[in-house]
Amino acid sequence: MTMLDQRPDSQQEAANPELERRAERRESWRGFFHAVPAYAYLIAFFVLPLIIVFVFSFASRGRTGRPILDNWNLDAWTKLTEPLVSTIVGRSLFVAALNTVLCLIIGYAFAYWIATRPKQSTRTLLLILVLIPFWSNFLVRTYAWRILLDSDGYITQIGEFTGLWGRMLFTLPAVFLGLLYGFLPFMVLPLYAAIERIDWSLVEAGRDLYASGTRAFLKITLPLSRPGIIAGSILVFIPSLGAYVTPDILGGAKTTLLGNFIVTQFGAARNWPFGSALSGAILIVMVLTTILYFRSGARTL
Amino acid sequence: MEHDVASTEREAGAPGAPPEPAKPAPMTVGVVAVGLHGVTKRFGEDVIAVRNMDLEVRDGEFFSLLGPSGCGKTTTLRIIAGLDYPTDGSVQIYGEEMGLKPPNKRPVNTVFQSYALFPHMNVEDNVSFGLRMQNVDQAEVRRRTGEAIDLVRLSGMEKRRPNALSGGEQQRVALARALVNQPKVLLLDEPLGALDLKLRQAMQLELKDIQHEVGISFVYVTHDQEEALTMSDRIGVMNEGELVQVGRSEDIYESPANLFVAGFVGDMVFLPGEIAATGAVRLKGGEIVQARTTAAPGTSITLAIRPEMLDLYGERSEAPSGRNAVAGTVTRRIFLGESLYYKIDIGASGVFDVRVENVPSAKRWAVGDAVIVDFHLEAATAFAE
Amino acid sequence: MTLHEGAATGRRLDRMLTINGWLVFAFLYLPILVVIGFSFSGANNVGTWGGFSLRWYERMLGNGPLIHALQNTLWIALFSTIVATVFGTAAALSLDRYRRWVSKGTFDAVLYMPVIIPDVTMAVMLLLWFTQIGLPLGRGTIILAHIAFNISFVAIVVRARLANMDPAMEEAAADLYASRWATFRRVTLPLIMPGVLGGGLLALTLSLDDVVITSFVQGPGSTTLPVHVFGLIRRSVTPEINAVSTLMVTASMILVFASLAIQRRE
Repeated sequence: MTMLDQRPDSQQEAANPELERRAERRESWRGFFHAVPAYAYLIAFFVLPLIIVFVFSFASRGRTGRPILDNWNLDAWTKLTEPLVSTIVGRSLFVAALNTVLCLIIGYAFAYWIATRPKQSTRTLLLILVLIPFWSNFLVRTYAWRILLDSDGYITQIGEFTGLWGRMLFTLPAVFLGLLYGFLPFMVLPLYAAIERIDWSLVEAGRDLYASGTRAFLKITLPLSRPGIIAGSILVFIPSLGAYVTPDILGGAKTTLLGNFIVTQFGAARNWPFGSALSGAILIVMVLTTILYFRSGARTL
Repeated sequence: MEHDVASTEREAGAPGAPPEPAKPAPMTVGVVAVGLHGVTKRFGEDVIAVRNMDLEVRDGEFFSLLGPSGCGKTTTLRIIAGLDYPTDGSVQIYGEEMGLKPPNKRPVNTVFQSYALFPHMNVEDNVSFGLRMQNVDQAEVRRRTGEAIDLVRLSGMEKRRPNALSGGEQQRVALARALVNQPKVLLLDEPLGALDLKLRQAMQLELKDIQHEVGISFVYVTHDQEEALTMSDRIGVMNEGELVQVGRSEDIYESPANLFVAGFVGDMVFLPGEIAATGAVRLKGGEIVQARTTAAPGTSITLAIRPEMLDLYGERSEAPSGRNAVAGTVTRRIFLGESLYYKIDIGASGVFDVRVENVPSAKRWAVGDAVIVDFHLEAATAFAE
Repeated sequence: MTLHEGAATGRRLDRMLTINGWLVFAFLYLPILVVIGFSFSGANNVGTWGGFSLRWYERMLGNGPLIHALQNTLWIALFSTIVATVFGTAAALSLDRYRRWVSKGTFDAVLYMPVIIPDVTMAVMLLLWFTQIGLPLGRGTIILAHIAFNISFVAIVVRARLANMDPAMEEAAADLYASRWATFRRVTLPLIMPGVLGGGLLALTLSLDDVVITSFVQGPGSTTLPVHVFGLIRRSVTPEINAVSTLMVTASMILVFASLAIQRRE
């Protein structure tokens, strides 16, 4: 297999630092070759596309909307400050942040509940029940709300009967409902993984040292579940920021979010450089968040 | 044979023992099964796991590598097995240089600390794995696998999966899986560490019997000094990557080469002091006692004495003459069943731990009693600091 | 085991958590159940019950473009899953076993980013890239795109499995005269198989479900079922969509249970 393996036994020589270094280098190459297909692929179809987004965001717009790699300018980026655009960016940030908070609050209570069921079999069963919607088609799950919120749907009828709400479809609350519904499982799973791993004797120790239930939770349980909170928040916040399907199906003209706005640039608006700049902005937020995650992950692990 | 073994040790021949006859020429020493010469292992730039180690394990011998965790004993074993490559030095098995040969090309097998039984194979398939990998023919595989399973007394469990076995049974499978290949040397990495005390003691004896039966060298890594003393023909004590002493159990226990070995193997009372004159030590409180030492007068030393070597008397006159006697007060008494442990305060000189056999003739002391601690001068060794 | 006594949850709080738990489950399941229910309704309107009927399923099976899209979807999913599973598994092995060759952070980041990146952004990236390098959009580009986002998912799942594997297993195999290949074939692969299959099923699911990326990089005639359905929903909501949705949810559920069955088998 390797050169060393084929060497006849009689030629084995005693170890020296050079031979060891060579053996180590051989191991490294072996590892490198294993990773080559995946990383070559990801470089070709992820990293380079990621770079090209930024390149095109400085290009100028051709007649068909396609970018022309000439006449480099900052037009697309300065366009981000236009009132209409900044309204959409602001709205998207607000929607993504609020959705993350809602998912976190509901998801935490939910994950905590599952993780504290005494029987392992109960926990497993409940977890499977979470996995099913997690694996189910996102489009179908969003579409389901389209039916539920329709003008003659039951939810609208209940709202109108009680006078609490009217027709929700194509409004911001409908978008929120859809996003919450769509992303909740992404929050629950990492939270559950983190909470289930907690050594409850630590909480008991806290209680033993005169911490009240609330204090024990705030000072022990919550910090210990931090990795799950961070992972879940990223898994909800970033995709929410670029959400497209949900606002497209459940929202209306007044609820345009970044995702729809970007798609428009590649469709009706025919402005690819601007679409690239918008995508680039999301990527910057994503990269920063990822770095933050690995930083904190290194601290908590 | 045993005499041969002892006399070739560098630490052999305690001071005061009759002078050894001239050492036999190296050629007459038993065949060397595993020979390490100048072996060093570095991990990265600043970690040196094994430092310039020379070691010879003889044919058919039960050799233990003993030391605290992180002393390099497991790394040494892995270097012999080929699981780690040495940075420098020569590793030979029956005279054949192993160099950087991969583990699958070496005539040794390992019993892993975690057993590392393949969970997706039953007992039989686990045991026969090595033979199948060597393309031994089927009938032979079946015969030898059966024999190995018999040897470790697991007949009837061939079809079980490892997770359906107890810890002790898993341990036996691991042993059979290694022995079935008829390795020239068997390497064992703390194989009994995960078992409870009773089972561990039973397995110690069984391992020793199996080693007798198969007749090959065992290299046994452990941090448990009692285990090493019980099982080994010879012990190598390691500390911080270095082999600090090699010898038979008695040599290691009775004539430790340095303070580390003295403290690591068995209980020991340590008292600080300095050499007053040749063979005489002055303790911190001013008492002069006689001890074995090679240190020059004026050197700061630590005096080491085994607790069971100490006797207690009520009066200096009761103690036999020609021995060391130090006056002190009983501050604590601990009943251990077979023996009693006393703590004797000897003022500025320190504290003696004294173990007295719990026999009818033994006098019992109470806390506060004034006593004389008495010991033979051969029982105390002074180590220069 | 007193494992969960220390959770120190008061009885009243626990009851509230339980109520919340079942409400969340209701929230998660009701919409799906409503869709499934209405798919069997004979009414022409999506939100009203018109008696049990299979007419929408019949209509679905007779819908040529829809069936064509379904076939596309299956081929694309199958092909991209196989490639992503092989590449992802190899990458996971490399990351777990041979750490030294590149800094951990960079490569972890490259591996994890496709997981959290919003679909739209990934779609834009790939569209720009494919048009730039002159690849004609179609089934081929869809497969390339699906592999790109699936490698990471497979690698992460397999790596979790590898992390739970005792490294001494492979050492024991080598010690027992197994060559590198035999070690991989007889010991490593069987032990990580649940992870490999689990990762593969996840990749299959994601590929079957993808809407946004596919809709960006598709070409004429290469559309997939979810993209086709998305188009239908945007135009007008018909009960036929309920039937297709039920089909897709059923497929997802089969995949979940297959995955769970594999993970449980030790």
